[in-house]
Amino acid sequence: MTKKLKAVIIGPGNIGTDLLMKMQRSEWIEPVWMVGIDPESEGLKRAREMGINTSAEGVDGVLPYVIKDDIRIAFDATSAYVHGENSRKLNELGVIMVDLTPAAIGPFCVPPVNLKEHTETLKLNVNMVTCGGQATIPMVAAVSQVQTVEYGEIVATVSSRSVGPGTRQNIDEFTRTTSGAVEKVGGAKKGKAIIVINPAEPPLMMRDTIHCLTEDEPDQVAITRSVHDMVAEVQKYVPGYRLVNGPVFDGNRVTMFMEVEGLGDFLPKYAGNLDIMTAAGLRTAEMFAEEAANGAITLPARGE
Amino acid sequence: MNLNGKKVTLHDMCLRDGMHAKRHQISLDEMVNIATAMDDAGIPLIEVTHGDGLGGASVNYGFPAHSDEEYLDAVIPKMKNAKVSALQLPGIGTLDHLRMAKDFGVSTIRVATHCTEADVSEQHIGMSAKMGMDTVGFLMMAHMVSPEKILEQARLMESYGANCIYCTDSAGYMLPDEVTAKIGLLRSELKPETEIGFHGHHNLGMGIANSLSAIEAGAARIDGSAAGLGAGAGNTPLEVFVAVLNRMGVESGVDLYKISDVAEDLVVPMMDQPIRIDRDALTLGYAGVYSSFLLFAKRASAKYGVSARDILAELGRRGTVGGQEDMIEDLALTMAKEKGLI
Repeated sequence: MTKKLKAVIIGPGNIGTDLLMKMQRSEWIEPVWMVGIDPESEGLKRAREMGINTSAEGVDGVLPYVIKDDIRIAFDATSAYVHGENSRKLNELGVIMVDLTPAAIGPFCVPPVNLKEHTETLKLNVNMVTCGGQATIPMVAAVSQVQTVEYGEIVATVSSRSVGPGTRQNIDEFTRTTSGAVEKVGGAKKGKAIIVINPAEPPLMMRDTIHCLTEDEPDQVAITRSVHDMVAEVQKYVPGYRLVNGPVFDGNRVTMFMEVEGLGDFLPKYAGNLDIMTAAGLRTAEMFAEEAANGAITLPARGE
Repeated sequence: MNLNGKKVTLHDMCLRDGMHAKRHQISLDEMVNIATAMDDAGIPLIEVTHGDGLGGASVNYGFPAHSDEEYLDAVIPKMKNAKVSALQLPGIGTLDHLRMAKDFGVSTIRVATHCTEADVSEQHIGMSAKMGMDTVGFLMMAHMVSPEKILEQARLMESYGANCIYCTDSAGYMLPDEVTAKIGLLRSELKPETEIGFHGHHNLGMGIANSLSAIEAGAARIDGSAAGLGAGAGNTPLEVFVAVLNRMGVESGVDLYKISDVAEDLVVPMMDQPIRIDRDALTLGYAGVYSSFLLFAKRASAKYGVSARDILAELGRRGTVGGQEDMIEDLALTMAKEKGLI
């Protein structure tokens, strides 16, 4: 019996395709289905060529196969509008949903910070926050694990080419979701998020700045160690996650300057913002698989 | 140049763009006194917010002496004729900020994006227009792209509901011919009822000349600032501009003596440093860098021992855009490391 959990990817766009490519290397997750809504989609065509089952009937196209093909994990890379229905239908069949949309109906998940909590309690829907959240919240948490962070602020700068129409039409959603997760997951008492889109050519690599204001004078030695440890944790699934400068200490301000280079699987390397989402999503699913394999959790029972 | 008989709406920036030059520390009394005096001088529209617009209060851009709510609440009830505008940058400020501004009596919302990213403003322009406000699409760093690109982006903002489009020279880089080409194309191609505006910075000393070119090419709104108080070497100095407009027969409705008294008696005494084209401000205009980077670069220079001019020139080379203030300390650290200073 294989330890790998079988998975379906919903949404054959850039994110879904990049996920599919990353999964080819995974020891824990095996992609078996990809579904979309356009039969002519390049993504579905590519998936078929890779030997993956596809359907252009959306989630409904895969529902009859969930039990038969033993699908345990779903990745939703569509939109917040349809995510709720997708999740409900698959959860009913005992499939764990990793939500890469901004819907956030399940708890926020930033793998090196709180993934363990979600796997231990077998959450059936976890949300991957935002690209800016994945890149910055580990740093806020690295500081808040040492001492109280009164205020955490993140600035995510991304290349214009890497920002899709969905994000552009609802940029407030990025701001709101990310600042909420800076508080809930990062541990800052108050959070703020800023996104800047830069059109330079060649496109700039994702840059992130994290400012924390600590309640008391920052413990420079402990924070510096905690930050470096956390960078190493993120690098386990995003090797191009780098601390460019910092932590800088200025009174009660602690600042880290990051750069995120993607793996360049399907998305270009500069789109570290998208890569860190797919990598974090996959890392999340892998943790469920590892915990199931070592008996720490029991996956939802399946009917005969 | 013959502008005789034209009319123009002047929009004061010293209480918003001037916030950059004051590290966002203008007091409520100063705000009220200056706004009241400008109202009396006949300035029809005055912008009041954090320098980076609604919601700009942050570590990254600076925490202001007072919240946007406090400033708006202090100023707006005191206005007899002048209207108050608020700037908003999607990605920093949100729809909640727009609702708040409307509740406090702001009449004009200016939604600002980088000149190639207008499609992030759909929600904000749409909501402002829907709330019945005078809604302006504000295309920043307009020197970085062609007139055709500016037009394409302006059309997006117009389609979302903006009734006025600004070509914004955030870096003070543009020269008069470029202003003529960009404003001229907007004027000829946008809907006739859509107003065109120009916002200048004085980093190459072109504030007045560029603004005149803009009027000639069809702009109906011009931004300026009493005593020039604004980011970089400041904005087009309003009192000087009013004098020039008077001589050229352009009607602005602003009293020259009164606005020059505002500049001299109220704004200049409040300046933390002279607003002039020093070598760093000059570099902004010469290298095409966002004007509010100036004081950040000077502070990073003092802290890390690298030249502000070198920092700004490199930021220009990298194609940084408005909002990337965080890159200044980051770059200064990298440059200091390379020089073995830290």
